[in-house]
Amino acid sequence: MASGEEDGTVEEKETNNKKRTKGAIATAWLTFYNIAMTAGWLVLAVAMVRYYLQKGTHKGLYRNIARTLKFFQTFALLEVGHCAIGIVRTSVIVTGVQVCSRIFMVWFVTNSIRQNEESVILFVVVWTITEITRYSFYTFNLLNHLPYFIKWARYNMFIVMYPLGVIGELLTIHASLPYVRRSGMYSLRLPNKYNVSFDYYYFLIIVMLSYIPLFPQLYFHMLRQRRRVLHGEIVVEKDE
Amino acid sequence: TARKAVVFFEVEILDAKTKDKLCFLDKVGKILPSFSLYWYPARQSIRLDPKGKSLKDEDVLQHLPVGTTATFYFRDLGAQISWVTVFLTEYAGPLLIYLMFYFRVPFIYVPKYDFTTSKHWVVHLACMCHSFHYVKRLLETLFVHRFSHGTMPLRNIFKNCTYYWGFAAWMAYYINHPLYTPPTYGEQQIRLALTVFLFCQIGNFSIHIALRNLRPPGSKTRKIPYPTKNPFTWIFLLVSCPNYTYELGSWLGFTLMTQCLPVAAFTLVGFIQMTVWAKGKHRSYLKEFRDYPTLRSPILPFIL
Repeated sequence: MASGEEDGTVEEKETNNKKRTKGAIATAWLTFYNIAMTAGWLVLAVAMVRYYLQKGTHKGLYRNIARTLKFFQTFALLEVGHCAIGIVRTSVIVTGVQVCSRIFMVWFVTNSIRQNEESVILFVVVWTITEITRYSFYTFNLLNHLPYFIKWARYNMFIVMYPLGVIGELLTIHASLPYVRRSGMYSLRLPNKYNVSFDYYYFLIIVMLSYIPLFPQLYFHMLRQRRRVLHGEIVVEKDE
Repeated sequence: TARKAVVFFEVEILDAKTKDKLCFLDKVGKILPSFSLYWYPARQSIRLDPKGKSLKDEDVLQHLPVGTTATFYFRDLGAQISWVTVFLTEYAGPLLIYLMFYFRVPFIYVPKYDFTTSKHWVVHLACMCHSFHYVKRLLETLFVHRFSHGTMPLRNIFKNCTYYWGFAAWMAYYINHPLYTPPTYGEQQIRLALTVFLFCQIGNFSIHIALRNLRPPGSKTRKIPYPTKNPFTWIFLLVSCPNYTYELGSWLGFTLMTQCLPVAAFTLVGFIQMTVWAKGKHRSYLKEFRDYPTLRSPILPFIL
């Protein structure tokens, strides 16, 4: 029937409009989020450089920026939510693993354990450079104005940054082991009424071992993305 | 006598992903043969549409919606293993592993405790319940269950065994530990827990028997399960998959009996997995049977 058809197309237009509004809200939120995160990590970078220039040493630098670092790194949990509700096209698991490993370092390793400052500085510097590049890449992408050098940085710097960051993280966890063993922190011994035990020392060792299967997977995932993004561009240029 | 007109088909089989022509058969009679020894039948998925459902072994070429030239799509399901094999392996593991911890086999606990027995009677009771549970499962696999699929992908056996065997070792370690702490509320708690456990074991068995009786031997027909004379099956009025409901109940009972956090964790993970399965089963019941009872929930009456 004629009126039935009209109702059908009106309904379709309404759902399309709803989809478009939802898409616009999502884009607006993501743009705001990525600008905020770029700014946050820039603030961290500036604070670190200022400290080093003023004090002439890296000792005490971590304690100085620890609160800001924890704030912005924890905020990144939202990214897992973005993947889960589908406004970002990345696997929830990949994002989840990356964000969780960061949160773990910042809240459960460096937060509670005084340690060798060099390895901490190493991974914090790496994280800062990586995150500024990553978030500005997302921001410019969302604004549809992506300078080539940002794209280049995002898909090339990780080749060096990723392994350096892993080295910094592993050295930091390793340096914390003696203190963890001595203090028995975060551990639960038998006997207790829940009949379970937890040894943070062995847990940290397992975490370190888990880098062996996990790091190559994440690294090759980035390499594959790099080949797809940069290789794809070359093909288009040839056609032109 | 008049000659019967025989219809011959031409059949081509394409790879579902690449659309390469794998094989072309002309003058196919009524039966479609499996066309390779490497891709043994259980591994072959033949379908009318590259992204559609597989055809069944019983489907007859003449009755399919194809013209005289039929195009089928082939997908390799990967190495297969029979369900019975998987079930026997994944259940035999926990049975034996738990007993190893119960008898305090060397290299698990401090050497002075090797081959000793726990002084708490609830530990002996727990061993009996755990062993009974897995013996029941093994016997059901051999004599009760009727499987609609013959096989599953080979990698499942590694995944499933890691899950069952890993959790069994984790909980057995603490329950049979020399420093095990018995439940806080003592005999009352253990008695209640045992009652719940036994009730749910009988319930679970009753459901398995009821489901088996729905399906005559050798057939693959599907029917709506209904309550029988056995009171333990009356739960079918409220739930689509009461076997999972009773299974959850059994493990809640065992958790209460042992007051052991790893057991609670195992119960929780199992519950999540069974809820996913129950919801899927419930959905397929609703799709297949238009007169499916509306009062039923997938796994928990009125809740889930």
